[in-house]
Amino acid sequence: MSKSGFVIANLFRKRTRTILTLLSVIMAFLLFGLLQSVNTIFSAGASFVGATRLIVQARVSFTSPLPLSMLPKLEAIPGVARVAYSQWFGGVWQENTPLIMFSIDPLRHHDIYPEYVMPEAQWQAFANTRTGIIAGKMVAEQYGWKVGQKIPISSNIFPQKNGSKAWAFDLVGIFDGKDENWKKRTTIVYMQHDYFDEANQFGMKGRTNFFVLKLADSSRAEAISRTVDAMFENSPDETKTQTEKDFNISFVKQIGDIGLIVRWILFAVFFTLLLVVGNTMAQSVRERIPELAVLKTLGFSDGSVLGFVLAEAFALCLVGGLIGLFLASLAGAMVERGTGGQFQLHLVGSVWLLGVVAIVLMSVAVGLLPGLRARRLRIVDALAGH
Amino acid sequence: MPESMVEVRKVTKVYQRGKQKIEVLHGLDLDIPKGDFVALMGPSGSGKTTLLNLIGGLDQPTSGEVRVGGSRIDQLSSGELARWRAHNVGFVFQFYNLMPVLTAERNVELPLLLTKLSSAQRRKNVAVALEVVGLADRAKHKPRELSGGQEQRVAIARALVSDPQLLVCDEPTGDLDRKTADEILGLLQVLNREHGKTIVIVTHDPKAAEFARRILHLEKGQLLEQARAA
Repeated sequence: MSKSGFVIANLFRKRTRTILTLLSVIMAFLLFGLLQSVNTIFSAGASFVGATRLIVQARVSFTSPLPLSMLPKLEAIPGVARVAYSQWFGGVWQENTPLIMFSIDPLRHHDIYPEYVMPEAQWQAFANTRTGIIAGKMVAEQYGWKVGQKIPISSNIFPQKNGSKAWAFDLVGIFDGKDENWKKRTTIVYMQHDYFDEANQFGMKGRTNFFVLKLADSSRAEAISRTVDAMFENSPDETKTQTEKDFNISFVKQIGDIGLIVRWILFAVFFTLLLVVGNTMAQSVRERIPELAVLKTLGFSDGSVLGFVLAEAFALCLVGGLIGLFLASLAGAMVERGTGGQFQLHLVGSVWLLGVVAIVLMSVAVGLLPGLRARRLRIVDALAGH
Repeated sequence: MPESMVEVRKVTKVYQRGKQKIEVLHGLDLDIPKGDFVALMGPSGSGKTTLLNLIGGLDQPTSGEVRVGGSRIDQLSSGELARWRAHNVGFVFQFYNLMPVLTAERNVELPLLLTKLSSAQRRKNVAVALEVVGLADRAKHKPRELSGGQEQRVAIARALVSDPQLLVCDEPTGDLDRKTADEILGLLQVLNREHGKTIVIVTHDPKAAEFARRILHLEKGQLLEQARAA
């Protein structure tokens, strides 16, 4: 038997209690890993590495539309190969099922997103049918849509000119993704922007939520981004140009200050954990005051006894913490796969490092007070039961 | 004159209980030669356990000197005293005080974790100690799987394993039936006579005290007389 063997034996003196405590540590660190990964994504600075497309939106907010008159200026920027645009429609299927639905220019979109594959005839039909829509394979399968069907969709933002929120569309195509990642992104429905522009009641003529720039040279992404934003600086329509990944992140950021939300959740989780594990450790030390006194009697120093208690707390937090972080990395990888790589939720090195620091701090926080109590123990009093 | 193992000189021990000061030992003197087997007897509150604790280095006197095996242990710091106990004294308690999560052999091995012995050497010493107390066949059992007498034998093996010259035993048979108590006391007698251990036991039981070479009576913190056991 080694000292560590003694620590482990003591840890499992009340097996059920230890396992339950371990489970709470695992859950806490699972949450920590996932939320910290989310936080890392949202707090990361912009990266233009490998970007082949840029998104141009209004600097104020994605919800402030930009004029389509910007399109020729954007196309004229050296390094920009093609420009498309998208407008959020706010589509709702049947009673209350929201759809991810945008109005687009069919042919421009076709050029910019070769990752979406669909028979050429269906692209042409989409371009030539004013009430036409195309749906991603996943969404079409989910709702049982077939090409040629009339699809009634209402919009919770844009009523038609006659005041009706119900729009009727013709499904003229179903697109798939070129690979596994893009197949997972076929949850979108597209309608013709010309039709939207003409038929919506708000008269949002000639405006769109954002432009998509296809770059001729991905190494110039950052420079082009700066050029675009400089071009419209001090105009009524100032822009914010970013990569698709950053755009997706900022889309989610509209919910609120994600970093703050994450920090508060983690604070609540760890505060609860502190109470749970701290109570377990305190109870564990309280129960074996005479045994700790015997250890001192046998010649273990005050510091050794403190060390035993801290080591127990550390072992509990370390095992639970590492299992929790490992599970978080598995869950993160699943989320990443599930979103076709849109949310890269795998645990990066900094999250692991932060996790280990949290494990150490948690161990000290929960083990120090009971440990100091054990350290201060007077042998004769403890043996006499005082 | 036989070499002294324990020398207690003018020892006073005062406990503070709330605002009240209680003087338990009053300028006590005591000599225990090496190889002696002494039983400390006396009524409750007479200071037997307090004296035993001072001799075993579990507590410090308020005044006076305590010398054990030539060392002034009343002058040692808490850390030095812990190291001294690890090498010089073995303890046996009334309620055995074994670690319930450890097997008999692990319990006996515990004091050896403070030494630099290799794992193999530790196992060997443990086996010898369990052999001496007649419990080699129960080495893998946890305390709850042992009888009271067997638990006390494990506790004695734990006290012996680091080969101290002094064993202090606080009511070692207080929780045992007569027959088992006699077996335990017989074992202590063997350790005293055949292995040369100096043994000090505290007991209320006159029959237990008869196993000792000498019986010392304490009353109100003072030694009354020294009697020769049967």
